[in-house]
Amino acid sequence: MSVEALVPGAGTMIADSLAGKRIAITGATGFLGTALVERLLRTVPGCELVLLVRPGRRLSATERTAREIIRNDCFDRLRSELGDAFPEQIASRVATIAGDVGSDGLGLDAEGRARLATCDIVVHSAATVSFDAPLDGAVEVNLLGPSRVAQTLLDVARELRPSDAPLPHLVGVSTAYVNSGHHGDAAEELVTESRYLALPDWKGEVAAARRARSDADAESRAPSRLAELRKAARHELGAAGTALLAERTEKLREEWVDDTLVELGRSRAQALGWPDAYAYTKSLGEMALAETRGALPVSIVRPSIVESALAEPRPGWIRGFRMAEPVIISYARGLLKQFPGVPEGVVDVIPVDLVCAAIIAVCAHGPEGAEPTIYQIASGVRNPLRYGTLVDLCEQWFTERPLYDAKGQPIVVPTWSFPGRGKVQGELRRAAKGLRAAERIVSMLPVRGELAEKVSALEEKRVLAERALGYVELYGAYSETEARFRIDRTLELYESLDELDQKAFCFDPAIVDWERYVTEVHLPSVVDHARVRTSPGKRVSASREERARKAILSSEPRCAVFDLEQTLINSNVVESYAWLATRHLSPIRRAQLALELAAEGPRLLAVDRRDRSDFLRSFYRRYEGAPVERIRSDAWELFSDLILTRSFPDGLQRVREHRALGHKTLLITGALDFVVAPLEPLFDEIVCARLGEKDGKFTGEMVATPPTGEARAILMEQWAASFGLGRDSTVAYADSTSDLPMLEAAGYPVAVNPESKLAAVARKRGWLVEQWAQASGGPRRRLAVSTRTVGPRTTLSASAIAPSGASRVTSARRGEA
Amino acid sequence: MSPRPGFVLEVDRSTPPTLFWHGEGFRLERLPVGSRVIYPPEPVAPLADPEAAIRQALEHPVGDSAPLSALLHPGSKLTIAFDDISLPLPPMRPPDVRQRVIEAVLDTAAAAGVDDVVLIAALALHRRMTDDELRHALGSRVFDAFAPHGLLLQHDAEDPSGLVHLGMTEQGEDVEINRRAAESDVLVYVNINLVAMDGGHKSVATGLASYKSIRHHHNVRTMQHSRSFMDRHNSELHTSNWRMGQLIAKAGVKIFQIETTLNLDTFPSQFGFLQKREWEWSLKDRAAFHTTRAALDRTPPAMARQIFQSIRSPHALTSVQAGEVEAVHDLTLANVHRQQLVEVQGQADILTMGLPYISPYNVNSILNPILVACLGLGYFFNLYRGKPLVREGGVCIMSHPTPWAFNPVHHPSYIDFFEQVLAETTDPIEIEAKFEESFATDPWYIHLYRTSYAYHGVHPFYMWYWCAHALQHLGQVIIVGGDRAAVRRLGFKPASTLADALEMAEDVVGRDPTITHVHNPPLFISDVR
Repeated sequence: MSVEALVPGAGTMIADSLAGKRIAITGATGFLGTALVERLLRTVPGCELVLLVRPGRRLSATERTAREIIRNDCFDRLRSELGDAFPEQIASRVATIAGDVGSDGLGLDAEGRARLATCDIVVHSAATVSFDAPLDGAVEVNLLGPSRVAQTLLDVARELRPSDAPLPHLVGVSTAYVNSGHHGDAAEELVTESRYLALPDWKGEVAAARRARSDADAESRAPSRLAELRKAARHELGAAGTALLAERTEKLREEWVDDTLVELGRSRAQALGWPDAYAYTKSLGEMALAETRGALPVSIVRPSIVESALAEPRPGWIRGFRMAEPVIISYARGLLKQFPGVPEGVVDVIPVDLVCAAIIAVCAHGPEGAEPTIYQIASGVRNPLRYGTLVDLCEQWFTERPLYDAKGQPIVVPTWSFPGRGKVQGELRRAAKGLRAAERIVSMLPVRGELAEKVSALEEKRVLAERALGYVELYGAYSETEARFRIDRTLELYESLDELDQKAFCFDPAIVDWERYVTEVHLPSVVDHARVRTSPGKRVSASREERARKAILSSEPRCAVFDLEQTLINSNVVESYAWLATRHLSPIRRAQLALELAAEGPRLLAVDRRDRSDFLRSFYRRYEGAPVERIRSDAWELFSDLILTRSFPDGLQRVREHRALGHKTLLITGALDFVVAPLEPLFDEIVCARLGEKDGKFTGEMVATPPTGEARAILMEQWAASFGLGRDSTVAYADSTSDLPMLEAAGYPVAVNPESKLAAVARKRGWLVEQWAQASGGPRRRLAVSTRTVGPRTTLSASAIAPSGASRVTSARRGEA
Repeated sequence: MSPRPGFVLEVDRSTPPTLFWHGEGFRLERLPVGSRVIYPPEPVAPLADPEAAIRQALEHPVGDSAPLSALLHPGSKLTIAFDDISLPLPPMRPPDVRQRVIEAVLDTAAAAGVDDVVLIAALALHRRMTDDELRHALGSRVFDAFAPHGLLLQHDAEDPSGLVHLGMTEQGEDVEINRRAAESDVLVYVNINLVAMDGGHKSVATGLASYKSIRHHHNVRTMQHSRSFMDRHNSELHTSNWRMGQLIAKAGVKIFQIETTLNLDTFPSQFGFLQKREWEWSLKDRAAFHTTRAALDRTPPAMARQIFQSIRSPHALTSVQAGEVEAVHDLTLANVHRQQLVEVQGQADILTMGLPYISPYNVNSILNPILVACLGLGYFFNLYRGKPLVREGGVCIMSHPTPWAFNPVHHPSYIDFFEQVLAETTDPIEIEAKFEESFATDPWYIHLYRTSYAYHGVHPFYMWYWCAHALQHLGQVIIVGGDRAAVRRLGFKPASTLADALEMAEDVVGRDPTITHVHNPPLFISDVR
């Protein structure tokens, strides 16, 4: 079989004219870039590609090419067509050079420059496409990127190419929206030629954006701002310890600076008449390119909203979650009750394969004249998709194929009534504000367990409401655009192609049947990508939990660390004390003492929240003068009457499961040694508090302070290390953010009956959450006082309570804590 | 007037609704016309002078035994073992029978100049008794005289140094019992024979034995061959215990067995309606029933449980016999039968029963689902002589709320048995083969059994084996008004009402089934002809 029969573009004029050409591409890891690379490899068999890829944090540029481009499902078709020849084809036709359009000279090394110098055509498609990128980042990439590419091409041509060789053809990818701020026709002309744009001096804008970054950074370090951020961190994490709070505060500060720059970008763009920072920076980028390109031949391709493929490499192919997708999915999930727009207005969508074909045609066509040539590729004029039609199609489609909520119930999509943007934004802002307030109030409530999970779900709702608001603010303009993007030059180019080329590289928007495209191509693909629930039934998350449990309870060696209070038992040191102190009192005195302690509760709780060690130190003074022998003996009754009664059977069972698997188990608690002594058979080691003794009485002073906060994390790591195990093998069980350092450090953190702050953290990190309850058939009592009469403990044989030797009760010494 | 014997009523149109126990509450149910309701006999007259009767028994033993006073000498080592919290039900009003008997034994010992005396609660694999419970069973005088000096012990079946292996029976059964008891000159065992299963050689051979020994008769095979275990001569459980008892005697352990029987005066007067036949309820009984039920409807289950747990039964002593184990037990059985036997003609297709709040294993605790099954299918089902009240392949309908709830202190291994074992299978044979050993030898359960108040890790298995005969015999088990999930976990069918349950049962036994309802407690034995 001949190559022509196999390769759709082979034998076409376009393929022929690009045969033997070397084409450099920036932005190949992006949506459009990936599609372009695939299309060229598959349909233009004679060309070679040089991909300029930014090295990632972990992956080199070459590795990124292999993983993020070639391994993408975009190449599935080519891979199956070529079979075993695929790797060889890729290796011989694709070269990667490391570079970054965000830095001058594109950050190329000598080899990269040499390679770039050999290219005949350069397609610059790298951009920050996010509409809400921080201003300075967008300026560096979108505004300065094109002129940097041009400058570098001129430099390497001067230095490395023979002087008589023609300069390479630069094909810049821009956006039709650079020219969208007005009603009516938007022609294929340079922005500088537009009569409706207020164009500032781009150099001034660059300087201002860079200054804005340093200004915002300075402002973020002001004492009042830092105090605010610290408060926010504390609100989020509670008493998680200095280190974690500091880390979170710094993260919040960085986010604040970025947010400020996002806001700056948006307001600057809107002040100058663009919908957002993306269109604004892209505009100025074109301007800068036109100004600095020198003798370089330049073409600019301006697509409108690029969406999933119509046919190539397969219908519906899409990469990443782009502009319309999150809006569509939010709508399908019932989150966007309204969206602004004009029903008879035009949503200018263009499938990615049409854009690729246009770019390739422009490449093959070559530069035209001295001025940059603009090609717009958009559907609005030739084959408009009405906004109302699109919404109707979506509503119909999702009514027939609803998404399902967490409970497996189908979600009914709302019917939009197309109100003005201001009204929708107002509503969403109010909703988000209300949820923020509710969240603030309930997060102060001392709840834990399933209720706390519900509270943290409020946070999720708020995030969703804010996201919906974000979509409306960001994309609202696109559904309201009244500019009509002319594509006369692009069509002219299309008409100039012969039939074979038109078939292989079709970019006439007229071929799109919108109803078929929306319902059969785009929506199925979007839903597929969004990983949403498309079938009824039980929660999917259950299986995720099961997987997490399985990983924790594997036969691999593990070190499992348990907190005690609220993790394994629903009780605390105050109750243990109350029980022991009242055991030998008359019933009346018992009740009195218990009530006194209950009255002190809030104060004790406050001290405990501030500093656990201080609290224990001061509270344990109450044991001063208590007879050691009697307390130790009573503690065995305490075990049955209070500790076991208030225990979580699932928790104890989990400890036992770990032990059955040969895992090491460690209990870290602020409780006293005699209180936890009966738990010895469950643990390889217990780290707890211990009181000093003198003449058979307790001194009331701690001779060993149990570790808290970061010290627990360190202890866990050291303990695991003593068995030759790393952090990856540690499992930590705790109930509150005061143990966040330990949970963060653990390979497998488990939040048990989390209070709302920890529930929120656990939800965000995807940690396993266990809801362990007391056995429902145990005795219930409100006051933790001994209810049994006092008898000598002669009925317990000595051998029964003798330490088994299997476990050690140890405690960190004062100095180590 | 002598008390009336048990009675079998045939339900007709004029029969008032029948009272069903339903945990910490009751249901009034209309049984279909033609159903039979078996009522217990009325309480027989108690002994007029219990103290005198006890002294009489100690001095005039039966069988091959000298009087207690003749067995004791200065320097004798005396151990008094006694039945634990599982008897009687509900716990009796003070003075407890054990207190009366032990005080008499101690008087005799004191008179003989014995000063090495130890009391041992014969727990077998049951939970330890709390000090309050011991004080209640023994009385303050005995408790305060022994406990502070470490002379009041509770049998520890997991204390290697506290056990002694006496040998193997000809059937290869290990006999391992409490060392102090075995090495005493005289072992006095103080029993309360509430049901026919109790007493005899089972007192020592089970009550003071270790898991290693008990497992020879507490297993599925034995229970399936005990028809029923309430009938000693047809009970494999007892045959094994008798072999062991004879070996213990041969090993030189001198047991002086004291057995007592109680009458069926089970509930205090405010619950008098529980011991009467519905058509004989007086106005006062009706008022008491309706107020009780109305009050219980408004009481949270936990509080209702506390109220019921505070019931102290007016049980009165009907006989006491002492001496050699087998001779004593024969007399005891005759006395139990004198009070409890009810003659019933033929089997029914369906057996219905109302399950109360209490069983031997949840005194001062909750009747968890496994104990619900055991109370119905283990105890009530087996309270027969001859043949079961329900035909083979028939249906048993029990009424109980069956909450998915457990006492974490008393029944820790039950929780895991329910969550892990029953979730996988309800077949006793499979359960025994696959899970028993790991639960029985689990160090945490052993720790809790020894130091806290937990039943032994293997105990839930025994409860399930107790049901083995019924599970083998019955075609279906239905629980009315139970927690559906818990009932299903047990392998039974849940039903909302008795009418629904009867409809469901017809699918198994066919149309127009015969129905028998056992109206207990008070407990009785059906002598099925």
